[in-house]
Parts: sequence; C-alpha cells; structure tokens
Amino acid sequence: MVLKVFFPSCCSSAESGILVGRWLSEQSSAVILAVVHFPFIPVQVKQYLSEVQRVTKVSVSVLGSWSNSKQEKEENLSKFLEDLGTIFSHEPWIQISKEGDSKFWSCSTLQKHSNSPKEEEVILIYYDQRKVMLSHLHPPLDTAASTDHKADDASKLSAIFHTVAKSKILFMTDRYDDGPIKLTHWQSDGAEASIIVELMKQASVPACMLLTFLLSLVSGICRSRVLKFWPLSFLWSKLSTCEQLGHRLQHLQVISSNKKAQTQTQLMRKANIFVSLLIDVALGILLMSWLYRKNRIGHLADTLIPVADHVAEELQDLLQWLMGAPAGLKMNRALDQVLGRFFLYHIHLWISYIHLMSPFIEMILWYVGLSACLGLTVALCILSDIIALLTFHIYCFYVYGARLYCLKIYGLSSLWRLFRGKKWNVLRQRVDSCSYDLDQLFIGTLLFTILLFLLPTTALYYLVFTLLRLLVVIVQGLIHLLVDLIDSLPLYSILLRLCRSYRLTAGVKFRVLEQRDGKPLRLLMQINPLSYGSVVQTYRLPTYSCYPKDSWISLCKKLFLGELIYPWKHKGEKQD
Amino acid sequence: EERRYRSASGEPIALRALQHSASCRELAVRCPRLQLRSLSAVTSAVWLAAYGLFVLSQNSMVLSAAIFITLIGLIIYLHFVKIDQESLLVIGSLGIQVTSSYASGKESTTFIEMGRVKDVVINEAIHMQKVIYYLCILLQDPGDPQGVSEIVPLFQSSKPRLDCLIEVYKSCQEILVQRKTAPQSN
Repeated sequence: MVLKVFFPSCCSSAESGILVGRWLSEQSSAVILAVVHFPFIPVQVKQYLSEVQRVTKVSVSVLGSWSNSKQEKEENLSKFLEDLGTIFSHEPWIQISKEGDSKFWSCSTLQKHSNSPKEEEVILIYYDQRKVMLSHLHPPLDTAASTDHKADDASKLSAIFHTVAKSKILFMTDRYDDGPIKLTHWQSDGAEASIIVELMKQASVPACMLLTFLLSLVSGICRSRVLKFWPLSFLWSKLSTCEQLGHRLQHLQVISSNKKAQTQTQLMRKANIFVSLLIDVALGILLMSWLYRKNRIGHLADTLIPVADHVAEELQDLLQWLMGAPAGLKMNRALDQVLGRFFLYHIHLWISYIHLMSPFIEMILWYVGLSACLGLTVALCILSDIIALLTFHIYCFYVYGARLYCLKIYGLSSLWRLFRGKKWNVLRQRVDSCSYDLDQLFIGTLLFTILLFLLPTTALYYLVFTLLRLLVVIVQGLIHLLVDLIDSLPLYSILLRLCRSYRLTAGVKFRVLEQRDGKPLRLLMQINPLSYGSVVQTYRLPTYSCYPKDSWISLCKKLFLGELIYPWKHKGEKQD
Repeated sequence: EERRYRSASGEPIALRALQHSASCRELAVRCPRLQLRSLSAVTSAVWLAAYGLFVLSQNSMVLSAAIFITLIGLIIYLHFVKIDQESLLVIGSLGIQVTSSYASGKESTTFIEMGRVKDVVINEAIHMQKVIYYLCILLQDPGDPQGVSEIVPLFQSSKPRLDCLIEVYKSCQEILVQRKTAPQSN
C-alpha cells in the first residue's frame, strides 16, 4: 500500500533529528508530531515517549529520521541516521532528507522484515499543526444519526485529528525548557496565552458561585406555595412572559454551574447560551433607553386608550352591519337582533372597564417597560401578552360564536339522523337504525327545520368572529416566532465559523503542490469548514417552541365543526 | 493538454487531464463561460422594464432600484450559481476530491475517503425530455458490504457527453483498480 506521511509544516525548517509521531498501520500512514534534535540519549527519549503515551493514551513512538543539510548531502550523516534505525526499531523506518532550501525532499523507507522488496510509493502531506489540533471534526449528519456505526469504522481522518488533538502535552515543552529532549513542533517557539482570558478564567469562579446563590434564591421564591394557588397558577401558565422568564432562568442555571464542560457540544452550548443572553440583554437595554428617552412610553400609554376605544367602535360598526343585511344576505331578524344586542352590550361593558383602568395605565406601563432590561425576548413576550389582554373581547366573542355554532351543528347532525330513521349508538360507536314513534319524528323534524333555517345567521356570526380571532392569533404567532429565533440561534458558533473557521471542520481538502519527477507526491491538507446551515442545525439551542399542533386538514375540520382551536402548542403542555 | 468536447446541451466544454504521480490524477472540466450577449440582453430587458415603470409612475426611485437589483442579481449569480470549472482529484489510497469553482472565484470542495468509495460508474438518467449519461461515485454502506448508501453525481453543471465521460471513467478506474490488487501491509 502507498505510504502516507503527514508532516507538520512548522517543522519544515527544523534542524536534523529524529521524527516522533504515531504510526497507523491499517492505513499505512505516519502522523509526525515533532522532531527531536541531536544530541539526545536514546534511553531518555524512550522514557519520555512512554511517559507521553501513558498520559495521552496515544501510541507515540519514534518513526524515522529527518536530515536538513544546508550544504551538499553528507555521506556519514546518512549512515549515522540509518544506524539509528537499529536502535529505535520501528517498521518501516522513514527517512526524509531536505537539501538546502529545496522544496522537493526525498523520502525513503527501510523495511527489514518485508516480503516484497519493491520500493513502495510515498505521499508527503503537509498539515498545519495548530489548526488541526484546535479543530473539531464533525461527522456527516447522516452517519451521526445511525447508531449501528461502530467507532472503529470511523473515518481515517478522524484518527489523524484525534492523534494531534490528544497530544497536547507533547506540545507543552518548548525550546526554552532545560530538559534532556529538544523538540520542534508548532509551539516550540514558546506557548502564547492571553492575559485577559486568564483573568476572566480566574474571575469566573467567584462570579459563578454568586450567580448560583442568587439563582437558588429566585427559584426558591418561585417554587413557594404562595404562588401555587389556583387563580395565580392559572395566570402564570397563560402568560407567555412567565414561560420565557423560566426558560431564561434555566439557561442561567446551565451557565453558572461549576462543572467544567466535558465534551465539545456541552462547551459550545454553554458559550452559545452565554452569548445569546448577552445579546438579548444588550438589545433589551437599547430598546429600554429608546423607549424612555423623550418620554415615548408616556406617549405610548396615552395612545393605548384611544386605540382600544377605536377597536371597540369598529366592532360596534361591524355588529350594526351584521344586524342589517350584511353583503346582501337576508338574516333571520329575531335571532339577528338578539345576538347583535348581546354582543353590543358586551362591548359596552368592555369600554367601561377600559375607561375605569385608564388613570393607572401609564404607571403600569412605565413599570412594565422597565422589565425590558431583562432582555428583548421578555419585552416581545410582554407585547404579545398585552395584545392578548387588549383583544380579550374578541376572544370572548369567538368562544360564544363557536359554542353556539357547535351546538347547532351537533343538533342538526343528530336530527338529520333522526330524519332518516337512524341513531348514534354510543356503545358500539356507530350509526344504527332505530324505529321512532310518530310524535318523536314530528318534533324532531320540526326542530330540524328550525335549526336549519337559523343556520346562516349563526354561521355568519361565527365566521366573522373566527376570522378576527385568527388575525390576532397570527400576530401573536409571529411575535413568538421572533422570540424563538432569538432564543435558539447559536450566535457563538456562527461567530466562530466566521472568524476562526478552522475550529468547526466538516472535512479536509487537498491541494497538489509542485511536483518533480522522482520525488514523492506533495500535497497540502487544508481544513474544509462546516457550512453555515450545518452550523446552525448542529448547534441549535432547544426551546419550548411554539409550533402548530394541527395539520391544515384537521384545522379546517375543527373550524367547520365549531370546535375551539388553540393553534400554537408549547412543549410540555398537556394534551387535551 | 486540453481536449474539446460538447456538453449534453450542445455547448463546448474542455477536459484537462493531469497526472501528478502514479497514483494521483486530476481531471478538470471547464464549463462554457458567461456569454456577453445573454448578460447584455438580460440587463437591457430589466432596464427597459424599469424605464417603462418610470414613465408610468414618474418616480425616479424605480430607476435606481432597477440598477441596484441588476448589480445584486449579477453578484449573486456569479457567486452562487455560475460554475466555471469542475474538477476531480483521485489520490489512490487517500480518497477522491470533488471541487467546483464558481465564476467569482469561490471554490466548494468535498473530499470522500477511499474507504467509503465503492466504485465510480457511468449512469443513465432521464432529464426533461432527454436521456443523459452522468458519472457518479457510489458510496459504501457501512452495514451492508454489497449495498450502496449514497450516490454522488459528478460534473452536474457541465454535463459532459458520453465520450468525455468515458475518458474520465477510464482514468479513475486505473487508479481505483490498484487498491484491490495492492497488498495489505501488516
């Protein structure tokens, strides 16, 4: 098989020495991690490597020799390097030599126990050690889903990434250390670190402890029995603001836990939650500063009452129109007047209630607007709740209209069965024939006729109020969609993909470098970053998402029958 | 060295085969370039329509919007739609790399390891009213040694005809056949 040598590009200008790395025999590839320079004592090298192997659980060994001669090729050096092969017995012993500043190196192998004496082809693959060490290889999404895919069968590339990533301790010794071994690798010129990052790491421990303490206080208050009485618990479950606040509280608990993140996914999730919270609060404070500047919130409160009045007046006009001859249809006058007057009285009650509340509106709104500093999502949820409260009368009308219509439809269907001489068998859950008495048939037919002729009136009221209700539901749904988007977008991962794209790897790509006849094939291995779509899909934060729980067909069926619809379902709500 | 062929829709394309080493070959198909006359035809049509709207509505925003739309549309087309060259790099015992380079210089690459490649074959497909041939890579199903888990079609934008595909197929097979006859090392 073709021998593949993965050579770090940082060692291209290293002094002569021996190559240290990992040999993957099933792929016939050698992953070179570092170069050990002369002078060294072989026993110490072997000791050092076994120490590294014990810590990292990666089988690191001496793979071959590397000679970088500035002048012409020295004969005795090459003999010396061959003799090294006998001290560190490794099969095959790889010898790479570079002359002067030439790009084209020669690479040969020594096989002592080989059956086939022919020279096998060598491919030299350069890789950027720092990028490969820091990157995280993402398996393709379809193989990640299949569970019967053994880890041994995993791609060969992941073995290479794994080798380099786990050998961090090998890269800790740099050339300023006074050890017996002198190495060259990507960090051999000295490890770099940022003071700000170190300071933040030190400061994060007490900050996390403080946050955990505060959160335990808050969650203790929330769980107290005072808030669990029936009217209050019903209110909390209906307000979307409370759900959002609970969700954010959970997020804070995840961040402030002092257990270090074990896997890459956990680390990314923590970072995503942190960045999302930060952006949310920043946008919320921006919104708040905009609202309170020039007393905009006062103007908003002042326009709220006239808007509510206007909506109520529009509804009154609509009802007057329905009570006349809407769209040229002829209604049953008596039923029309009854329903119309009933709804008009309801609106009158509503308007008086709003006028009762009007002196307090500004103060309530001022204090409620302060809670926008908890985040933009909380402000949006409050907006959605305010819309729900202001359009409560539309919801009531919808419920009345729907119940009336539903009753009528059920009555009609049952009497239609009676008309044809059939009956609904509750025990058998099917329609059975039944013989009725004459007076039962007479009354049944009479009632059927009455209900049938009153149907258009009720149906029209039901239609109008259902449309209004659907409008409000769509507006609320859009707001919740926006809140969901802000909640679940993995901003940290997207920024990482933008700025440090080598950290999120989908695969590798090879570039063929200049070739020369007689020399091994030279390739450059570069990191192929994950596409933005896959980044969002892999690192999406889970939410209590609102999604329509009915398909279109069942929704239409419910509308036709007059059943009440609650189109948006939250995860965790009980099924009705 | 480049050889000229025709694509499935009749446009001229060029195939370039490079042999880097005994087990590494690169095959690049260059697609027909963006024609100046189609570009100017589309631009003039959009601007005439915008001028007509301007005459009707007397709003000069229509003209600047039309220019803006044309520019943005051209950038999106060059960066996301128009493929300049599609190439196949076969490295024996490493894998197969498929690259598409767009007219704006963007390159999108996929590398498939040799362990996942079952075979490279020429397949037939019914496309609109024609039957065309296309080259594809069959990927191995990890659970079933005889099964195929996925098909990766190649040269989808240039759509070369059968004579070009046979050349590419022969080149690929010469390298793929080596992995069956090569002795496994211990």
